Amino acid sequence: MDTEKTLLTLHVNGERHELLVPVHKTLLEVLREDMGLTGTKHGCEVGECGTCTVLVDGLPILSCLSLPIENQDQEITTIEGVAQGSEPHPLQSAFTQLGAAQCGYCTPGMILTAKALLDENADPDRETIEEALSGNLCRCTGYLKIFEAVEMAAEQSK
Amino acid sequence: MAQAQEYAHIGKPRPKVDAMNKSMGITKFTDDIELPRMAFGKLLRSTQAHAKIKNIDVSEAEKLPGVYKVITGHILPIQFGIMPTAEDEHAMATKKVRYVGDPVAAVAAVDEETAEAACELIKVEYEPIDPIFSIEKAVTTSMDAEHRIHEDFGFGGNIHKIVAMEFGDVDGAFEQADFIDEGVYFFEGNTHLPMEQHSAIAHYDGTGKLTMWSATQTPHYVHRALSKVLELPPNKVRIIAPPTGGGFGGKDDPFSHEIAACKLSMLIGRPVKFTLTREEVFYTHRGRHPVLMWCKTGWKNDGTLMGMHFKSFLDGGAHGSYGPASTYYTGALQTVTCKVPAYKFEGVRAFTNKPPCGPKRGHGTPQPRFAVEIVFDKVAERLGIDPIDLRTKNMIDSHSLTVNWLQITTCGLQECLDKVGEASDFKNKHNKLPHGKGVGVAVGSYICGAGLPIYWNDLPHSEVQLQVDRMGTVTAFSGAIDIGQGSDTVLATIVAEVLGLDPSEIQLVTADTDLTPIDLGSYSSRVTMMMGNAAKESAENMRELMLAGVAEHLKVPAERLEMKGGHVWDTENPSEKMTFRKAAELAETHKGLLGSVGSYRPPRKKGSYKGSGVGPSPAYSYSACVAQVDVDPETAEIKVEKIWMAHDIGECINETLVLGQVEGSVYMGLGEALMEEYPYRDKLGTHKIPSMLDYKSPTTKDMPPVETILVKGHEARGPFGAKEVGQGPLLPIMPAIANAVYDAVGVRIDELPITAEKILAAMEQKEKDGPGRIGPDKIPDIEFPPAIKVEPPDEWKGKLSSLE
Ligand code: FES
Ligand code: FES
Repeated sequence: MDTEKTLLTLHVNGERHELLVPVHKTLLEVLREDMGLTGTKHGCEVGECGTCTVLVDGLPILSCLSLPIENQDQEITTIEGVAQGSEPHPLQSAFTQLGAAQCGYCTPGMILTAKALLDENADPDRETIEEALSGNLCRCTGYLKIFEAVEMAAEQSK
Repeated sequence: MAQAQEYAHIGKPRPKVDAMNKSMGITKFTDDIELPRMAFGKLLRSTQAHAKIKNIDVSEAEKLPGVYKVITGHILPIQFGIMPTAEDEHAMATKKVRYVGDPVAAVAAVDEETAEAACELIKVEYEPIDPIFSIEKAVTTSMDAEHRIHEDFGFGGNIHKIVAMEFGDVDGAFEQADFIDEGVYFFEGNTHLPMEQHSAIAHYDGTGKLTMWSATQTPHYVHRALSKVLELPPNKVRIIAPPTGGGFGGKDDPFSHEIAACKLSMLIGRPVKFTLTREEVFYTHRGRHPVLMWCKTGWKNDGTLMGMHFKSFLDGGAHGSYGPASTYYTGALQTVTCKVPAYKFEGVRAFTNKPPCGPKRGHGTPQPRFAVEIVFDKVAERLGIDPIDLRTKNMIDSHSLTVNWLQITTCGLQECLDKVGEASDFKNKHNKLPHGKGVGVAVGSYICGAGLPIYWNDLPHSEVQLQVDRMGTVTAFSGAIDIGQGSDTVLATIVAEVLGLDPSEIQLVTADTDLTPIDLGSYSSRVTMMMGNAAKESAENMRELMLAGVAEHLKVPAERLEMKGGHVWDTENPSEKMTFRKAAELAETHKGLLGSVGSYRPPRKKGSYKGSGVGPSPAYSYSACVAQVDVDPETAEIKVEKIWMAHDIGECINETLVLGQVEGSVYMGLGEALMEEYPYRDKLGTHKIPSMLDYKSPTTKDMPPVETILVKGHEARGPFGAKEVGQGPLLPIMPAIANAVYDAVGVRIDELPITAEKILAAMEQKEKDGPGRIGPDKIPDIEFPPAIKVEPPDEWKGKLSSLE
């Protein structure tokens, strides 16, 4: 269909990208479809599950509700930008170690939300972790291993 | 366990082999795959619950720029369905629609938006038919063919399946009983809600070969269905199941979007992708059946169970799906946790104008388990016996046959029960906590794989092939699909254990019908048992082959060789170890290409009556649960304070995965117990809540602490002694909570979910001297066919009179 397109400049995982995309496309769609960053998943595409979480200037947002045109001057972090080169982030190691990723589909969103928390509060208690992750649904793990993984990563980052 | 100590990997907590790629966002799920020239598909879905299709006009849609093709049901006339006895589906409705959300047309277009816009341009003329939404109406309304939901399926009216069977003399048992307990229960339907929406990509290439990537739990069954519906020889259809983002039974059937993707790709010569919206996932459903149940039991005053008569009424939704099996499952496993000397089961599944129900974690068994475990609680109270002791008194024996001919092998239930009892301090809490606080206990059991396949055959259920090359690279080929449960890790761990390598060294090729041997799929908790045994056999064969080759080279007997820790050596000359790679090279030199296979076939079932195919399993896992709740005496708001769960695992293949499956089951059980439900607007037949916001499921804040206790004991039929864990621990959660609520505030909530509103209503009733109970009080008045009379196994004969 003929749709109006716009030229976007996005800063994703420390790199600058120029893209020509239809104006109504969400950040989720642009990341996945126009930039090939399929590490960002989706479970509802209407802002209800947290699966599509990415960081914008360090804060977790739902990329399925976000229009990239508004994120042009901001720094976007996706799951692909969390590791340091091939060195996984402590959260990624802890999720792996403890079995906090079962099917792994909610995992990128969980890790990014947890990263925002740890960047803000290096030593969160269980309740703070539960609160921070309360917008991210997981159907596999029962969350307990996820809490433990966040605690382990916090411990290791000290 | 002394036995487990000998292993390098088995039984240890270890990371999943695929977890790091999942944590780094590297794993490609189906919707992450993009192919050149790919088109996007959409299904137009019915807005009517039950209607004849008078006409479908696709002309406007076809004219929309960017539309490649529009198809309707008549182009795919061949029916399909997961069970050969219930092939009642078309990819798109042909003559009539049967539920809101039923697919009626499919579009392939340049992008999703265009496909959606084209769907909106399709004009469908419906002639509404009286819809049927309730199980009561479905089983009692007689109607002419035209008004039936399926005019040519089932047992007349809207009855899809109706069964009746009796083992021993139930009436006689009731006569000998000192008292009878009778009750009606309702388990509301709910849905799987996997985080990954269903997705499929089909690509029909220049040679006439069709490849489909799909988020499915059953690539082999989908392969069969596609070959049939598309009239392509099986060698022209290839199904690849990428890692799946959760299934829980929701991706067990062949689906309309898969078939439409294939057909459209065949017509337009481009790859076609369908990814369902979350709303469509709700319509695709195949979730937990709503089941209305009646349970009558006879007891001796000393707490001995004499007999049970169970009736179940399943609201099946609009299609058969796994329905015949689901129906039997609501009656099959009542007998595997307690001794039931005489047992009668009558079950009926009816069609209704709602999305089809199917298998969800525990398939057909959580519903009756809910009822039976509440019965035990009620009877224990009546007799003044502790509910743990009442279960102990009637405990099933290890290595026994149930009255309905199910072969029990190892049974760790008594130990599970004792351990949760101790850990929770149940006996000091039950009946003794302050008003508003309570504890409840329940047990459960589940199959380690269905003893029979979905379509009738005598073939192996799982096969694993191994290849070792001269560089020492080991590749395992298996049809098993990892849906998050960890089948890849189980495969790698078992092969590595036998070959003396590390699981991370094993290359895996899985769930690709062109490359991998058959595994029937990730359902019925069968993969560890069946694929695990096949993998073990294949690896043992490989080990033998390699050692024979090395032995030839060293000119020593093969029995003297050891293969461990990445090395092979002569035990009489242990200082000269060779690397696994060197051993592979030598073995290939002497034996040629190193290949091995392993196959697993479950033991033959013992029963030979009609219906005896559902329930048998190589082994049964057992679980016992104590739940502690806090119910606000004013608002009835319920909080689960803690769950103790003991699970009879046999042996763990990987303890991290086992604990994860227990916790995940507890979580899902809590959702079913307290909030998840799948109701309909009665007049419209539309789903009340086709969104994740309105379909309430537990969040991080709803999850109580869980104390998991693994009860171990070597199950001879399991690989390295292992049993299942993915489904069993869900079963006792719902009744444990119901029983805890009774202990807390003295009201019985005999239907799920257990909400504050229901508890409050029951408490108000009680204050006015009412029964203090919420739940159904009657079952539909229908006549079941005469029960098939089945002679129980010898050990049950005369059992009742000995109990006299
Ligand atoms: S996909 Fe964005 S919140 Fe669900
Ligand atoms: S790991 Fe599967 S949804 Fe969270």
